[in-house]
Amino acid sequence: MLTLTCPYCGIAACETELAPGGEAHLKRFGPGSSDDDFEGYLFLRPNVKGVHFERWRHAMGCGKWFLAARCTATLEVFGTYSAQTPEPTAEIIAAIRAKRPDWSLT
Amino acid sequence: MRRYSAFAIAREAMRHHSGWDRAWRSPAPKARYDAIIVGAGGHGLATAYYLGKNHGIRNVAVIEKGWLGGGNTGRNTTIIRSNYLQDPSAAIYEKARSLYETLSQDLNYNIMFSPRGVMMLAQTEHEIRGYQRTAHANALQGVATEYISPRRVKELCPIINIDGPRYPVLGALWQPRGGTARHDAVAWGYARACSDMGMDIIQQTEVTGVRREGGRVVGVDTTRGTIACDKLGIVVAGHSGVMAERAGFRLPIESVALQALVSEPIKPVMDVVVMANTVHGYMSQSDKGEMVIGGGADGYNNYTQRGSFHHVEETVRALVETFPMISRLKMLRWWGGIVDMTGDRSPIISKTPVDGVFVNCGWGTGGFKAIPGSGWAMAELMAKGQSPLADAFSLDRFREGRFIDESVAAGVAH
Repeated sequence: MLTLTCPYCGIAACETELAPGGEAHLKRFGPGSSDDDFEGYLFLRPNVKGVHFERWRHAMGCGKWFLAARCTATLEVFGTYSAQTPEPTAEIIAAIRAKRPDWSLT
Repeated sequence: MRRYSAFAIAREAMRHHSGWDRAWRSPAPKARYDAIIVGAGGHGLATAYYLGKNHGIRNVAVIEKGWLGGGNTGRNTTIIRSNYLQDPSAAIYEKARSLYETLSQDLNYNIMFSPRGVMMLAQTEHEIRGYQRTAHANALQGVATEYISPRRVKELCPIINIDGPRYPVLGALWQPRGGTARHDAVAWGYARACSDMGMDIIQQTEVTGVRREGGRVVGVDTTRGTIACDKLGIVVAGHSGVMAERAGFRLPIESVALQALVSEPIKPVMDVVVMANTVHGYMSQSDKGEMVIGGGADGYNNYTQRGSFHHVEETVRALVETFPMISRLKMLRWWGGIVDMTGDRSPIISKTPVDGVFVNCGWGTGGFKAIPGSGWAMAELMAKGQSPLADAFSLDRFREGRFIDESVAAGVAH
């Protein structure tokens, strides 16, 4: 069972208490953007097998959205962090590197 | 290839079964093929089979990272039906179902197709309206289904509890020619027929890269060296995103785990397939007597081929209310498979941004039932550049907003 610690209320919540929200740090494209950009934003996903940044909501707890870094191949969780950031924080990148020295943010 | 027949069994019985051939050859890869299919699951092997049978393209290799039929082909709940709402879906799934009817004879391999009937229970007012609408749509599409009453449900499946307090059965969508088949045999039968046509099935070999020259595919890198090809079909289900990245494009797909479980074998208690979409569970009884139970999919990206306990709890809790007699059954096995989900829950059978590369993916939670139709359409697309069955499922439908929205039609995992 997947357990993530909510960075807001500090509770280690199991997946039945959480709602998944898909890939994190999507760059949004709105009206006026090209068809390619809009298609990419709406539909195309790298769907990585490995380190994945994703959105979660502590639905059955404090209700806040937060972000998590997790390996989709092993379900190893590297950490969770605030949703108020447009890109992975230095701390979470360091936490991933500590366990996966070869990994780099593409 | 020696054909299987009653006479062959009698002949071999007389000589200690010493005359059976291997079902398929396992040759070393050649330097070049006309077409390479990545992925020796049901869809990949069916694609190769119809390339040879319908289009005469027989210089074909099917390359598989693991073993033949070891992915989702061997991990599903073997249900075959075609009662879809949208016209393009009904066309391809009904093509598949009709091919399944004669597939054993076609392949000379017993795939144990059992058209025992599939019923999808309506347990909410919303589902009643939804399934009646689907039944009307199916009538127009030429797919034989009907909307039946709770009394008829009880007649067809006596172990069902139709007036449970929480999930009463209000009716059902009934497809009498739906059913099940032996999933491994589908892969094995296609593999044997492909091998018989001279195609090479290359197992334990991973495709690690796609070679391109001027926007066109020229070959693949594998763990057993580089192999040249004119056309490449990527038919790898859950790992489609990984393969697409190697070929240099992205897909509108996310991979999640879907799980199923089987009980200990018991005496025959139900001879139909029952799907209960409101409660995310479906059940049938295998020929061995096991109750085969399918559950829900995870909501998050996942490449681990295992289930999560809370899904089992949810699925079984709901099914026990609908089938009270299963409450004391012990579960024998439990497994997960990686399914490739698209936004509209319909598959992709399409050309790609790379010339000569085709993808067949996105079957999500419902790929097994589609294997023959999917292979038929994919082979036609690879051979001719277009296929009436496949055209609606092209990759650019997302960009153009031409969704084939089956997530509403099926309610959940289908």
